Amino acid sequence: MSLRHLLDTSSLSRQDALAILDTAEEMAAVSSREVKKLPTLRGRTVVNLFYEDSTRTRVSFETAAKRLSADVVNFSAKGSSVSKGESLKDTVQTLEAMGADAIVIRHGASGAAAQLAASDWTEAAVINAGDGTHEHPTQALLDALTLRRGWCPAHGRPPRGGDLAGMKVLIVGDILHSRVARSNVWLLTTLGAEVSLAAPATLLPKGISDWPVTVHHSLDAALAADPDAVMMLRIQAERMGGAYFPHAAEYTRRWGLTDERLTVLQQLQMGGTSEPALLLHPGPMNRGVEISAAAADSPQAKILDQVAHGVAVRMAVLHLLLSQNHDDGSTA
Amino acid sequence: MVETPPETAQVMSAGDIERALTRIAHEIVEAQRGIDGLVILGIPRRGAPLAHRLGEKLQRIDERFSRDAVGSLDITMYRDDLRSGGARTPEPTDVPPGGIDGATVVLVDDVLYSGRTVRAALDALSDLGRPAAVRLAVLVDRGHRQLPIRADHVGKNLPTSREERVFVQLAEVDDVDPADESVLITRGGRA
Amino acid sequence: MTDYLILGAKVLGESTADLVLRDGKIASLGADTAAPREDVSLETIDATGLIALPGMVDMHTHLREPGREDAETVETGSRAAAKGGFTAVHAMANSTPVADTAGVVEQVQRLGADSGWTEVYPVGAVTKGLAGTVLAELGAMAESSAQVRMFSDDGHCVNNAQLMRRALEYATTIGGFIAQHAQDADLTSWDTEHPAQMNEGSVSAALGLPGWPAVAEEAIIARDVLLADYVGARLHVCHVSTAGSVEIIRWAKQRGIQVTAEVTPHHLMLTDELVRSYNPVYKVNPPLRTEADTHALRDALAEGIIDVVATDHAPHPDQAKECEWAQAAMGMTGLETALSAVQHAMVETGLIGWRRFAEITSVRPAEICGHTHQGRPLAAGEPANLILVDPSATTTITPENHATKGRNSPFRGLELPGQVRHAFLGGHATVLDGELAGSRTGRTA
Repeated sequence: MSLRHLLDTSSLSRQDALAILDTAEEMAAVSSREVKKLPTLRGRTVVNLFYEDSTRTRVSFETAAKRLSADVVNFSAKGSSVSKGESLKDTVQTLEAMGADAIVIRHGASGAAAQLAASDWTEAAVINAGDGTHEHPTQALLDALTLRRGWCPAHGRPPRGGDLAGMKVLIVGDILHSRVARSNVWLLTTLGAEVSLAAPATLLPKGISDWPVTVHHSLDAALAADPDAVMMLRIQAERMGGAYFPHAAEYTRRWGLTDERLTVLQQLQMGGTSEPALLLHPGPMNRGVEISAAAADSPQAKILDQVAHGVAVRMAVLHLLLSQNHDDGSTA
Repeated sequence: MVETPPETAQVMSAGDIERALTRIAHEIVEAQRGIDGLVILGIPRRGAPLAHRLGEKLQRIDERFSRDAVGSLDITMYRDDLRSGGARTPEPTDVPPGGIDGATVVLVDDVLYSGRTVRAALDALSDLGRPAAVRLAVLVDRGHRQLPIRADHVGKNLPTSREERVFVQLAEVDDVDPADESVLITRGGRA
Repeated sequence: MTDYLILGAKVLGESTADLVLRDGKIASLGADTAAPREDVSLETIDATGLIALPGMVDMHTHLREPGREDAETVETGSRAAAKGGFTAVHAMANSTPVADTAGVVEQVQRLGADSGWTEVYPVGAVTKGLAGTVLAELGAMAESSAQVRMFSDDGHCVNNAQLMRRALEYATTIGGFIAQHAQDADLTSWDTEHPAQMNEGSVSAALGLPGWPAVAEEAIIARDVLLADYVGARLHVCHVSTAGSVEIIRWAKQRGIQVTAEVTPHHLMLTDELVRSYNPVYKVNPPLRTEADTHALRDALAEGIIDVVATDHAPHPDQAKECEWAQAAMGMTGLETALSAVQHAMVETGLIGWRRFAEITSVRPAEICGHTHQGRPLAAGEPANLILVDPSATTTITPENHATKGRNSPFRGLELPGQVRHAFLGGHATVLDGELAGSRTGRTA
C-alpha cells in the first residue's frame, strides 16, 4: 500500500483497491461487535472540510474516524469565514496549522481535492469526499464492497481477496453530472467487472467513446443484456427543467426503474447462479422518479447495506492512509 | 519470501518445531488441569497456523477439545508503531462462536521479542470480551523485552543480540515444504 | 542617440551581413561594411551566431491598465514586450474602464508612448462596456490621437448576429476591422452557474469539468465569415484553436472573403491533457485543445491559412490562479515566451524557416493593422525595428525572472530554445545582451 491520498479511482491500482476492500471487511466485523471502537488513530486529527452540504457523507466519515479513535473536526464552509470569501488556500493552511493529519474534502468544484494534494499548502493526507462532477471514490469503494459481498459468495467464494471478474454491472441515469458514476466506471473496471451505462444522450459525456463501457440509450435494452447488478443514479431536480430531457414523467417512462421493470429485474440472476441480481442506489432517492417505491423496498435492493459499508470503507481508507510513514518513504 | 544472507544458522528444525508444540500442548493441559474453558487464539500471521496446530494436538490429548475453540486475533489496529511501519491490511479476527467471556485464552505467536505485539493483543482482547485468564505461548523467546511481559509456554529460549534477526518459516505462510520448516537466526546481514 | 554597428548577423537566418543603425534607420546592410568599422562613434555588437529579424508585432496583448494595475501596467507589459522581442503590441480593450471611448484609448496610447519600451496601440471595444448590446464609439476612437483601426470585444464574443453585422459594416466606413473572439455564449453556457471550463472531449469527460465544444468556436467563425462576405467587410479571427476553425477559414479564403486569423503560441504547443493536473495555470480562453488540433494549427500557420501568431498575453495576480479551477481566471502570460514557443513548435519541427517566422510574427500583423513602419524588410533605409535572436540558446522558463507582473506561464519549468539577445525600437536599443537596457523615453527597468 503506497497510497498517499485518495483522490480518485481512475488512478487507483487493483492492488490498492483490494487492500482497501479487504481492510473494510475487517472494519465491518468491528462494526458488528459490542465494542465498536479501535485505538488505531488515537491522537490523530481528521478534518471534515465540507464546502457542500452532505450530512450523509459527513456523518459516515465522522463515524469512521471516531471508530478509529481519531479526533474529528467538522469544518463546514457555510456560515464560516469561507462564505466571507476566504480562499481554499487560506482555509487549508489554517487547518494545517491546527495540526490536521487528514483532510476529508467535499467541494462543488471538480479537482479541488487533487489541487489540495498537489499544493504545498498542507502535508495532510487528502481524501476526496466528492468533488464537483469529477469523482467520489469512497462511494465507489462502498459500492464495490457491496457488489463483492453478493458476487463472491454466490460463486462459493469468500469476499476477502476476491474481485468482480465477469460481473456485469449496469449504471443508469445522469452519467454526465455524476461523480459516483465516474468513480464506479473506473473502479469496477479495475476490479474486472463489465460496466454498461444506460442514459439519454444528453446525460452522457461527449468523450465517452474512450470509456471502457457499453452504452445503451434504452433501459429495457440494457436490462435485456442480463446485468448482474443495476445501479440507479439520482436524477437532480435542476436537470428536469427541460434542458436535458422534456420532463420527469418522460424520464421515468424511459429510464426509471418502474414496477414493470422491477419484474424484469427480479427474473435476473447473478452470472449462472441462482442468486438474484443486486439493486443499488447511492441515495438519496427520488422515489417515483428514477426508482419506484416497490423497487427501493424490494429484497434485491442493497441500499441500506451500502450505507453500512460506507463506514467500513471509510475506516479502511483512514487507517491505510494515516498509518503510513511518509518521512523517508521506506517501509522497513 | 525472505532472502537470508550467508551468516544464517538454523536453530530449530521441522522436527524441533513439532516437538516443541507437542510439549506446549501438554503444558497447557497441565496448567489448565484439562481442556475446559480453553480458547486458543493465534496472532497473525504465523501465530495463526501455530494455534491451529496446537488445537490439533490438544484434541489428540483430549478428544472433547473442539476445534471451534481455536481462532485468530489480528492486532494491526492496536499497534503503537503504525506510523513507523508500512500500512498493513488487517488479517481476519476469528473468535470462537461462544466468545471469550470467562474463558482461559491462550495467545499464540511465533517470536516473543519486545512484547509490544502481546501488549496490542491484550488491548484487542479486552475489546472482544472479558476472559477469566490470558496466557501466552510462543515458539521462540529471543529476549530484549521492552514491556513487563513474559511467556507462560516457550518452545525454545534463544539468547540473541539486537543486531540478530530471527526468522520462522512455516508451510502455511512462507511457501516452504513442511519438512523444511525451520527457525533461523542471521547475524550481521540485513534481510 | 547611440548608433550601432552589428557584425555578422544572419539576416532572416540566411546570409550573413553587417548592419549599421543610425538615426533610427538601418543605414546600411551588407556583407562588406568594412568602412564603418573605423567609425568610433558606432557602438559595436558582435552578432556572430545571431539571427536578425524584424521586431515582432503582437496583435493581442492584455496590458490591464487602466483598472487592474495589480496584474500588469502599460509599463511592465511594455518591458515584457521588449524583452520578448516585440516592437509593437496591441492592447486589448477589456480594461476598467473599458476602452470604448476616445478618452480611454488616448490614455493607453499616452501611457505606451511615455513608457517607450515598445509601441503600444490601443484596441477599441466593439460594443459599449463589452456588453454586446450597442456599438461603442468606433468613429471617435478612430479619429482620436490613438487612430484606432482594430476593434475587438476580446474576452467576450459579439454574440448577437445583427450587432456583429452592424459592427463589420460600420468598421468599413472608418477603414477598420473587427477582431472577433469566437465563442458561442449558449454552447459554452456563458453567464450561467456552470460555464464551460475546458475543451469538451475525452479529458473533460473524465475530469467532470463542463465541456467547451469546438463547435462553439467554429459556429461563430462560420457565421462571421458569411457576414463579412455579405457586407464586404474585414474580419480578423482571434486565437483560433480548433482544426475545424482552420477548415472554415480555409474555405472563406478560397472564396475571397476578407478574413485573417491568429493563433497563440500556447495553442500551438499545449493540449488539454495538461488539465488533468487541475492546475489553473492551464485555464485559458479559448481552452487548450487536443493534439490533433495543435497539428492542424501548426500546418495552417505554415501554409498561410492562419496569418499570424499573437500572444493573448494575459497576466493575472497569483490569487486569481491559486484557487479552484472553476473559480480561477482564464489566461496565460505569453510575451516573453512567444519566440521560444514558436521556434520550438514551428521552426525546430521543420515546418517553417526564419523567413516565414518573420512573416507570421511581424510582416503580416503589421500589414493587417496598417502599420507602415513595422514589419518592414531588413534593408538599408528601413526603420530600425529589429531584434537579434540566439536560436541555439536554451532557457528553462522561470516566470519569476520575467518582466511581466504575471507569474502564470504555462511553460514554467520547460526548457525551450531561442533567446532575444538585442532589441531595437526605432534604432534605440531596448534590450542588450538579453537584459532590458532602457526605454527610448529614458526609463530603466
